[in-house]
Amino acid sequence: MIELNPFVIFLAAIFTNNMIFSNFLGMCSFIAVSREIPTSLGLGQAVTFVLTCTTIINYLIYHYILLPLGLDYLRFILFIVSIAAFVQLLEMIVERYLPNLYYALGIFLPLITVNCAILGVSLFMIIRKYDLLQSIGFSIGSGIGWTLAIVALAGIRQKLKKASVPKGLEGPGITLIITGLMALAFIGFSGIVQIQ
Amino acid sequence: MMKGDSPKKIFMMGIWKDNPVLVQIIGICSALAVTNLMLNSLIMGVGLMFVTAFSSFTVSLIRTFTPKHIRMMVQVLIIAAYVIIVDIFLQAYMPEMSKALGPYVGLIITNCIIMGRAEAYAQKNPPIASFLDGLASGLGYTIVLLIIAFIRELMGFGSIFGIPVLGEWWTPWTIMIMPPAAFFILAVVIWVTKNIQDKEKDEKKGEVVSS
Repeated sequence: MIELNPFVIFLAAIFTNNMIFSNFLGMCSFIAVSREIPTSLGLGQAVTFVLTCTTIINYLIYHYILLPLGLDYLRFILFIVSIAAFVQLLEMIVERYLPNLYYALGIFLPLITVNCAILGVSLFMIIRKYDLLQSIGFSIGSGIGWTLAIVALAGIRQKLKKASVPKGLEGPGITLIITGLMALAFIGFSGIVQIQ
Repeated sequence: MMKGDSPKKIFMMGIWKDNPVLVQIIGICSALAVTNLMLNSLIMGVGLMFVTAFSSFTVSLIRTFTPKHIRMMVQVLIIAAYVIIVDIFLQAYMPEMSKALGPYVGLIITNCIIMGRAEAYAQKNPPIASFLDGLASGLGYTIVLLIIAFIRELMGFGSIFGIPVLGEWWTPWTIMIMPPAAFFILAVVIWVTKNIQDKEKDEKKGEVVSS
C-alpha cells in the first residue's frame, strides 16, 4: 500500500470519500435530524468531536491491547463499549461544567452512540491499516465531511418546505432523492484524490 | 401481559405493514452500501436476520432479570456477541464475501433495526414470539435489499447473482453501481410502497364507512 499523507486522507475523507455520499454511514440521523440548519450544525460538531476522540481511543485499544493479546475478534464489543462509555462520560462532564452547552446539545449526545459513522470510522481504520496520524486525519475529515453533508441537506430542506412534492414522496423519499443528487455532485470531486 | 401475537400477524407486520427499511426508514446505511450485487445483499440479509432473530430471543429470555437502567448496554453486548459469530463464520467459510462486505458486517451492531426490535418488541414479549418478530423484520430488510440489488446489478452489470442475463448488446450503466443510484432507487421503492399502502388504507376506510 502506498503511504498516504494524513492531510491527503483528511481532504479525501471530506470530499471524495465522504461518509454519507460514498460510504452511506450515519444515514439514520442524517435523514431524521436534517430539518433546520442550526440543529444540524450542532449535531455535526458533536459527531466530529466524538468521532475524533473515539477513533484515537479505539486505535490505542486495538494496537496496544487487542493485537498483543491476539483478541482481534473482540474488537466489535470493545469498540462499541468504548464509544458508549466515552459518550456517557462526555455527557456527565458537559452537564456538570457546561450546562448551557448541555441544554443546547440535548438529545444529540445519546444519539451519537448509535450513529454508525462513529463505529464505521474505527472499523475502516483497521481495514485500511492506517497508522495513528493517518487515523486522526481520517476521523477529523470524516466528521467535517459528515457535517458538511448534513448542513447542506438541512439548507435544501428548509427551501423545500415551499415546494409541492408528490404525496407518496414526502419526507424520507424526497430527502433520499436530494441526497442522491448531492452524491452526483460530489462525484465531481473524485478526480482530486482517491483513498481505498 | 400479552401472550404474543400470531406468527402470521408478526410476519405481515415485519415484511409489509411495518417494514423496517420502507416504512420506518431505519437501517438504511447497509441497505444502500451493499446493494450493488445481489449475492452481497443476500449474505448481508441472512446475517442480519440471524442477528435480529437471536438477539431478540436472548433479550426476551432475560428480560425479567435485566435491570431497567443498564438494559441498553446489555442489549448492545448481546447484539455484538451475535455479530462476532457472523463475522467469524464469514471469515472462515467465505473470506471473499467478508472482504467485499468490509466494515458493514461489524456495523450490524449499530443497525437500528436490531436495537429497535429489542426495545419495541422483545422487551415486552415472550421469547418465541420475539424470535419470530426478529426473523420477520430481518426478512423484510432482506427482501428490500434484494429488490434494490436486482435493479442495480441488472442494469449496472447486466447480470443476476453474477450470471450474465442481458447478453452482449447491453451497455452497462456505470451509474447504477455508484452511490447516487442507490439513493434514487431506494427513494423510488419507498415512493411505490407508500402509494400502495395509502391506497390500502383508503380502501379499508371505505369498507368501514359502507358497513
